[in-house]
Amino acid sequence: MIAFVLRRLLQGVIVMLVVGLIAFSLFNFVGDPVSLMLPPEATQADRDAMRQALGLDKPFYVQFVTFIGNAVQGNFGISLRLGRPVSTLLVERLPATLELAFTAAMIGLLVGIPVGVYTALKRDSWVSRALLTTSLVGVSLPNFLIGIFLILIFAVWLGWLPSFGRGDTVKIGLWSTGFLTKSGLKSLILPAITLGFFPVTLIMRLVRAEMLEVLRTDYIKFARARGLSDRAVNFGHALKNTLVPVITITGLQLGGIIAFAIITETVFQWPGMGLLFVQAVQFADIPVMAAYLCLIGLIFVVINLVVDMLYYLVDPRLRAERGGSGGH
Amino acid sequence: MPAATPDAKPLLQVKNLRVEFNTRRGTLVAIDDVSFDIAPGEVLGVVGESGAGKSITGTAIIGLLEPPGRIAGGEILLEGMRIDNLPAEEMRKIRGRRIGAIFQDPLTSLNPLYTIGHQLTETIQTHLAMSMAQARARAIELLAEVGIPAPERRIDHYPHQFSGGMRQRVVIALALCANPQLIIADEPTTALDVSIQAQIITLLKRLCRDNGTAVMLVTHDMGVIAETADRVAVMYAGRIAEIGPVQEVIHNPQHPYTAGLMASIPALGHEVERLSQIEGSMPRLNAIPTGCAFNPRCPRVFGRCTVERPSLLPAGKSLAACWLHAEGSVPLDLNKDWSEGAVHA
Ligand SMILES: Nc1ncnc2c1ncn2[C@@H]1O[C@H](COP(=O)(O)OP(=O)(O)OP(=O)(O)O)[C@@H](O)[C@H]1O
Ligand code: SF4
Ligand SMILES: [Mg+2]
Repeated sequence: MIAFVLRRLLQGVIVMLVVGLIAFSLFNFVGDPVSLMLPPEATQADRDAMRQALGLDKPFYVQFVTFIGNAVQGNFGISLRLGRPVSTLLVERLPATLELAFTAAMIGLLVGIPVGVYTALKRDSWVSRALLTTSLVGVSLPNFLIGIFLILIFAVWLGWLPSFGRGDTVKIGLWSTGFLTKSGLKSLILPAITLGFFPVTLIMRLVRAEMLEVLRTDYIKFARARGLSDRAVNFGHALKNTLVPVITITGLQLGGIIAFAIITETVFQWPGMGLLFVQAVQFADIPVMAAYLCLIGLIFVVINLVVDMLYYLVDPRLRAERGGSGGH
Repeated sequence: MPAATPDAKPLLQVKNLRVEFNTRRGTLVAIDDVSFDIAPGEVLGVVGESGAGKSITGTAIIGLLEPPGRIAGGEILLEGMRIDNLPAEEMRKIRGRRIGAIFQDPLTSLNPLYTIGHQLTETIQTHLAMSMAQARARAIELLAEVGIPAPERRIDHYPHQFSGGMRQRVVIALALCANPQLIIADEPTTALDVSIQAQIITLLKRLCRDNGTAVMLVTHDMGVIAETADRVAVMYAGRIAEIGPVQEVIHNPQHPYTAGLMASIPALGHEVERLSQIEGSMPRLNAIPTGCAFNPRCPRVFGRCTVERPSLLPAGKSLAACWLHAEGSVPLDLNKDWSEGAVHA
């Protein structure tokens, strides 16, 4: 187990170094920060002074090592657009994105798993067929379109829910949460559904396919032959085996959800990291973009690690193979 | 010899069973007019080529046919009560409790994510009113009975921690959990190493004899049948070709197909100089000839065979679905057909 975790940690570090390198190269390839930061009438001397102050005159690898060193300490410099430390900006925006992503993932699981199980068990009912067709539409419909439809129906026509923003938030330490106020929760509904749509359809189809596969196995047939109740067979035996791959995909999806929140956040003007990133791109605000990339990379790596360990806990066969315990 | 006396009330009666598969290319009749009984405590061997319908028959009895398969006719009775048309929940209570089942592949019969103890206690508690502690004690007892060493420790192990033979012992323990009256064992040793097949059969035979459990034993191994079964049913193309006491069927077959089958088995072939194989192959379900299904391959085929389908007729001490027994008199030595280089029609 420990060897396994260490190996995955090492892989994670390597991935983060690569992500760091990409983020760092942004500084060199996307515009010249000096000309962006200084007024057009600045002299060459002003430019050189600025260059020196920013450490841009040093060789590439020195700059990179400095960058990584700062990044590890959470120091990504000052936002060119807002003039405030990038890390402060991200910490301010992080809760909004994580709450949105978490809610979307929950919708994905809480709707996707039951619907997937239902469509697998009642394979031939017209409800299942209707759900499958809907999911197909859901997969092929672009995210922003779903968001715009929802806004049109629930905010513009019915006027039930707000169409943008996060509503009122409550501060708990550094974390500002929208879960505790009525307007916060109301504002969360439409963006969370928009962002959760894809995970729902994905998880549902995955659960269905896996469940159908598992229901065909010998051990399910034998469980039935033993006279176990349908509930015990379908949920105790079949679903548990189905969940092994579902855990992996859902976990990996969570990273995707956070990354793709960019679009939803833009549509709903949701004050999260995604929106910050989009605005940073428009302004070529490299420090914010670089920091965002590194953070998303880190989130992916951490999620991967957690998913692997969950997988490991659920499947006793992996425990035996990797941990070398208890096999006979 | 048979634990069952001939006049004992049958435990299981299968009457004119018909199983159909509705496929896109029409209805396939997989089991056609199959009838047989199993007496309490009796071991009925079922043999026949691949695709003859052995597994489907067993699956129909335990009520686990999967669509598009369905029972299209006939009756199945357990101690005189019809079980083929029971509501799903009633049938579920019979499965595992009164009729147990063992399938071919022990490597895949157990859920890999649960300990064998979990799977045992779950089954025990489904059928018997027992506390968790009682169920666990019974599970350990069962594991000991099926010959798992150190059962108190092994009970908490996962299936992948057992060898194939040990897993099939666990499967047997699971099938016997609630002391069923009948076990349907579908090729219980085919997937196992040859060296342990005999052990498993001996174990199954001993446990069933001790508990008075009847067995429907599907196998390709005539040696196993000869040693274990009281009676044998020979299936061909979804029908029963012959059914009778084991020694009779082996040494004095009354159906040309049975005779051919026996002659193709070295250890059992009677007065055979060289092994013979029945020419041709079993017809596909969508191309079963009219009359006797065996007529294209039969060395004794005659006029009536291609027009009219024979039902099971008394033939010596057995029953055989063959027109040669229509007059019910001529004692046949069908073994000859296959022993002398065989003149085939
Ligand atoms: N789902 C299905 N759809 C159509 N036909 C089927 C289906 N399942 C089984 N059959 C047919 O039913 C017939 C009987 O199959 P069965 O599995 O009972 O054979 P078997 O005697 O057990 O053979 P084996 O010795 O290979 O196990 C076969 O001809 C098979 O093609
Ligand atoms: S009925 Fe005719 S074809 Fe069929 S087994 Fe008997 S002799 Fe052969
Ligand atoms: Mg079979």
